[in-house]
Amino acid sequence: MSNEAILHEHQTGTHDAGHAHEHHHHETFITKYVFSQDHKMIAKQFLITGIVWAIIGGLFSVLFRLQLGYPESTFPWLEDFLGHWAKGGKLDPEFYYSLVTMHGTVLVFFVLTAGLSGTFSNFLIPLQVGARDMASPFLNMLSYWFFFAASIVMFASLFVQTGPASGGWTIYPPLSALGEASDGSKIGLDLWLVSMSLFIINALLGGLNYITTVLNLRTKGMSMTRMPLTMWAFFFTAVLGVLSFPVLLSGCILLLFDRNLGTSFYLSDIVINGKILPNEGGSPILFQHLFWFLGHPEVYIIILPAMGIASEVMSINSRKPIFGYMAMVGSLFAITALAFVVWAHHMFVTGLNPFLGSFFVLLTLLIAVPSAIKVFNWLTTLWRGNIRFSPGMLFAIGFVSLFISGGLTGVFLGNSALDIHLHDTYFIIAHFHIVMGVAGMFGMFAGLYHWYPKMYGRYMNNTLAYIHFWVTMIGSYLIFWPMHYEGLAGMPRRYYDFSNWESFKMFGGLNQFISFVSIIVFAAQLLFVFNFFYSIFKGRKVTTLNPWGAASLEWSTPIRPGHGNWPGEIPEVHRWAYDYGKDGRDFIPQTEPVGEDESKH
Amino acid sequence: MNDFFLIAIVVMIFLLIFQIAKASEYVSVLKGEEKSRKQTNRINGFLLVAFLILGLVGCWWCNKLYYGKTLFPQGSASFEGENIDTMMWITIAVCGAVFFITQILLFWFSFKYQETDKRKAYYFTHNNKLELLWTGVPAIVLTVLVVFGLKYWFKFTGDAPKDSQLIEITGHQFAWEIRYPGKDGVLGKKNFKLTDAAKGNPLGVDWADESSHDDIHVQQMHIIVGKPVKLVINSQDVIHDVGLPHFRMKMDAVPGIPTTLWFTPKWTTEEMKVKTGNPNFVYEIACDQICGKSHFSMRGTMIVESQQEFDKWLAGQTPEYVKATAPPEAPKTDSAATAVKPVAMTTK
Repeated sequence: MSNEAILHEHQTGTHDAGHAHEHHHHETFITKYVFSQDHKMIAKQFLITGIVWAIIGGLFSVLFRLQLGYPESTFPWLEDFLGHWAKGGKLDPEFYYSLVTMHGTVLVFFVLTAGLSGTFSNFLIPLQVGARDMASPFLNMLSYWFFFAASIVMFASLFVQTGPASGGWTIYPPLSALGEASDGSKIGLDLWLVSMSLFIINALLGGLNYITTVLNLRTKGMSMTRMPLTMWAFFFTAVLGVLSFPVLLSGCILLLFDRNLGTSFYLSDIVINGKILPNEGGSPILFQHLFWFLGHPEVYIIILPAMGIASEVMSINSRKPIFGYMAMVGSLFAITALAFVVWAHHMFVTGLNPFLGSFFVLLTLLIAVPSAIKVFNWLTTLWRGNIRFSPGMLFAIGFVSLFISGGLTGVFLGNSALDIHLHDTYFIIAHFHIVMGVAGMFGMFAGLYHWYPKMYGRYMNNTLAYIHFWVTMIGSYLIFWPMHYEGLAGMPRRYYDFSNWESFKMFGGLNQFISFVSIIVFAAQLLFVFNFFYSIFKGRKVTTLNPWGAASLEWSTPIRPGHGNWPGEIPEVHRWAYDYGKDGRDFIPQTEPVGEDESKH
Repeated sequence: MNDFFLIAIVVMIFLLIFQIAKASEYVSVLKGEEKSRKQTNRINGFLLVAFLILGLVGCWWCNKLYYGKTLFPQGSASFEGENIDTMMWITIAVCGAVFFITQILLFWFSFKYQETDKRKAYYFTHNNKLELLWTGVPAIVLTVLVVFGLKYWFKFTGDAPKDSQLIEITGHQFAWEIRYPGKDGVLGKKNFKLTDAAKGNPLGVDWADESSHDDIHVQQMHIIVGKPVKLVINSQDVIHDVGLPHFRMKMDAVPGIPTTLWFTPKWTTEEMKVKTGNPNFVYEIACDQICGKSHFSMRGTMIVESQQEFDKWLAGQTPEYVKATAPPEAPKTDSAATAVKPVAMTTK
């Protein structure tokens, strides 16, 4: 018996179930894989584009970590790849800042927004609320193609002569408004702004679709309070995006005007390279308000889907209902509402009126309350469970651990009295990488390992998955935990080299260690990428409809659902999605009517 | 050749891991998936609790290695910064307690309640008392943190004491310019349109304002120990940030919008050399807001000294107006300006 045959020995019995749906229209390669209107295919398009960007963005961080860890060394092979950006094997400072900027932009927007919420909102919303597709499959398709266009423009900006944007992912003017101020603020920044504008259109088209679908296309019996927490999380994420992305769009467009049309929205009193600019009356701080009005909700756009996925995966693998469902929904709502009124905590040291700042301190620290509720509810979900450590579950546990670690340092930074010391140091790097970056990635991995069987009808290799988890988990803490100490020493972020600084030059050994670990962690991600693509074609086939024993609706579809998801009628829903371990039964699917003598909860 | 071997080794390691992973998949299928899943479950349960224990040891070890390099052991160099350090310790205590409790519970629960055939999961959907408890307690604790934080915040963001020494600091790509108001205690007005470095007026001071005639423009800041100092912060081009880690202070320099910052230095530079045990110690002004390709070398320095030393230094300075209007063939040497060399760029 061949190896393949061993893996796929049991598949014959359920083979028919996978292809039982009616082929009501013929699909060509173009309509099925390229301009597809099937939410599942669009989800995969978002996912794979996101993975490509994640590799690029991750590679950028490896490159600039080489500079930070080994500032005295040269790497001649860098010149082979990067040409004049790395003369003599040493990164040019301008290009170092481009790498930092692109790493942030790509990871925050293209990976953790489009890749995370784009993938899972698209894939799961119709499947979990019981709909044949999104409210508007056509807009959904457009949403992906706007993202694709944004990707092309951003990618193109990497190759222009003066380099991509280099003013940090927050692109504060006047640095980003004036080509004289930096090479990255020449054509690279125009491309950045155009790309982000296209990206925002993608986010709006997607978000409107998600909201409409959740509100209008739920199947019979699927009341809002019977939806899995993933649905609530994606719903609130979409609300956040739809209300705050347009503000960033306006900020970007005004910046384009300042750059190209001679307006003065953000510019005043500027003398650059001895040249007196005519602009008067603008305010650079205005841009920061517009930017952070999206920028702050953006971090919740990243973390809410991760929270939803972690809740779902933890409950299923603990074989126990999620603890405090209504409190979980309530805290998601509270976080969403508060997310709109905390943006100025990024601006405590801009000269913001301290009295106004005090309100932002209060509102910011208020977010810790719903966050604490969520953490304690996750812990209680584990308590007295019967836990299966599937790869998805391990990433969900890792997510909670990282969310605690990174969330607590937010209590430091949200308090303006401490922020005045810690602002723009390595402390904040540690904080947001743990709580948003790595935790967001962990949510994404949890979701991928968990829903991979539904996406591709195959499993990923478990051993590779476990290696991936443990290397990433240990590596993330090794990279970011010591950075808190650098921050407490006042070490500023976005420095190319610290060797001239009497106050910050004592961390050379640590920086080297961090760089070394980050290379290993990056390699582990390549292992994941390999596993992902290899398993699409060669993975062990899924042979049961419901491999994890989950109660939610997506597992009632065929193993490889076609366009339309359910071959016959869409099933009716009779209960919430978390009846695990009830009345001595392992789980009760949502589609099962409530029995006569079933206990109430 | 070396690079080639390195790549070959990395590829070999990848292939090896892949082969092991593939083989273990076959083994698990042959052995019975349920059985091997349970075995893997036990291994991961053990690893989770091992991670917790090693992680706690790691926290302790990291602290041992790096605590001495933070700014805590030397203490705040400003009186206002003491409040920040106090606040930091309160927050570390509160968050530290929550951190250890929740992380221990997370990994311990994972380990303890790993799957066994003997246990059935407990159907536990909600408990209002518990949920009220962990809504209420964090809310109260955070209120305490907010109250303390804002008390200090208002204290050091409020108006500077009346007897403060006034100093203007202006950022540009990639250096800091310092201006003292001179004897009259008033900084002369500026207008960015008057900026003309060639005519000795790089800051755009309006010579028509007579209070500018005794203003002194230098590159290194001198301040007096024990006396509050109020910085008026400007920028000429992009946003910079006056970062003063030893004093626990920071404020952006925004073109067109002057900002302020005040603090009271506690120790002179000489005292800090003894305190930190570093004979090269110097108070540094770090730009903390990305401002272009040489952001990392936008370094200013500051000398904290006694009133007498300061007076002596100040007496040796020539007002900028005098220098700008003096005949160009007899420029006076500016001792302070030459004493501090601008930071050399390490790269072009």
